[in-house]
Amino acid sequence: MIKQRYSRQELFAPIGTEGQQKLANKHVVIVGAGALGSANGEMLARAGVGKITIIDRDYVEWSNLSRQQLFTEEDAAHAHTKAKAASRRLQAINTSITIEGVVEEFAAETAEVFMEDADFVIDGTDNFNTRFIINDACAKWRVPWVYGGCLTSYGIVLAIMPGKSPCLQCLIDQIPQQGRTCDTVGVIAPAVQITAAYQTAECLKYLTGYEMSQELLNFDVWERKHVAVNVSPLINPYCPSCSAKATYPFLMKQQGIQTAVLCGRDTVQVRPAQTNTLSIPALAKQLKPFSDSMKDNGELLIFTIKKNRFVVFQDGRTLIHGVSDVEQAKKLYQRYIGA
Amino acid sequence: MELHVNGETLHFAKDTMTMLDLLEAYDIEEKVAAVEKNKEIIRKTDYSQTNLEDGDRIEIVHFVGGG
Repeated sequence: MIKQRYSRQELFAPIGTEGQQKLANKHVVIVGAGALGSANGEMLARAGVGKITIIDRDYVEWSNLSRQQLFTEEDAAHAHTKAKAASRRLQAINTSITIEGVVEEFAAETAEVFMEDADFVIDGTDNFNTRFIINDACAKWRVPWVYGGCLTSYGIVLAIMPGKSPCLQCLIDQIPQQGRTCDTVGVIAPAVQITAAYQTAECLKYLTGYEMSQELLNFDVWERKHVAVNVSPLINPYCPSCSAKATYPFLMKQQGIQTAVLCGRDTVQVRPAQTNTLSIPALAKQLKPFSDSMKDNGELLIFTIKKNRFVVFQDGRTLIHGVSDVEQAKKLYQRYIGA
Repeated sequence: MELHVNGETLHFAKDTMTMLDLLEAYDIEEKVAAVEKNKEIIRKTDYSQTNLEDGDRIEIVHFVGGG
């Protein structure tokens, strides 16, 4: 390793060479490789965290490039999966650490596998359904994590130490309706960067042996407003997610085909009951006669039939664009891809 | 009455109102992450019994989902 690589971080007294050594032996799991996942991923890779796993279910689109810093025009043009594109870039940034890109949905069925050897989890998701799964999985495995959300010029951050500080479920007893999302009211990169900076800072603090902040922090970078509220009194001793009597409601496994409406995108994700590796070439051959256009980029099969664009992943998951009705999406999935 | 909400001074026609009334006026009740009145955190179950007085300083932090 080049000796000078981490010198400026080691000169920072709270970290020092001792803290740097600790970072080299830690594993951080980043759920979501969008804007927050990218920004956190880049900082943690440059900081020298020994292993980073980055999980994402989506692929790169042109509208991502304004703020999702790990991706390039080439990634958007070829519709590379975010997890693989992100892991390639992170590995190029730091070849001395281990990077794992996982093209998968972080779901109730799979979440706990990622907890087994995680030292810390970063929330890089764009929806509360997945955040509540992170919340339950981290609570059950006692893995600390940091929630981050941003929209327009606003951002919010909360570090969560399961059992010791209030969890997401303690603060909010229902999943908020997502009327306003990045796809409907937009977001600017400075809001992303500040949110991610606070997330990474809490992560580095924890990994080098310090206590995390108990403040729920929010800001508006356009209006230059900052508010921090100490939420430690809000820990709920009967919380279904983080108390001694927890039932982890969001880790209940679902039966049958799963669907998720991707907010504001006129897109439904359909996930088969059992994920198994799909033969993309075989599916391509079978669907070619019905498709108006078709592209196989080695990771995904993308084709259009009438007004719907289908993006099929190797695990059988499919994003169907041009549909917002779940039942309609299931029908389309069963008709073309399988049960 | 006059309230200072997230650093802004706001005038309300009513002379008496509760924290719940205030949150309902903003229509963000379900997205509220935490509420402070004069630096003291207020539990969700106490919103309807927390009376607001002229000059109170309120901080409302709300959740957003984007990322």
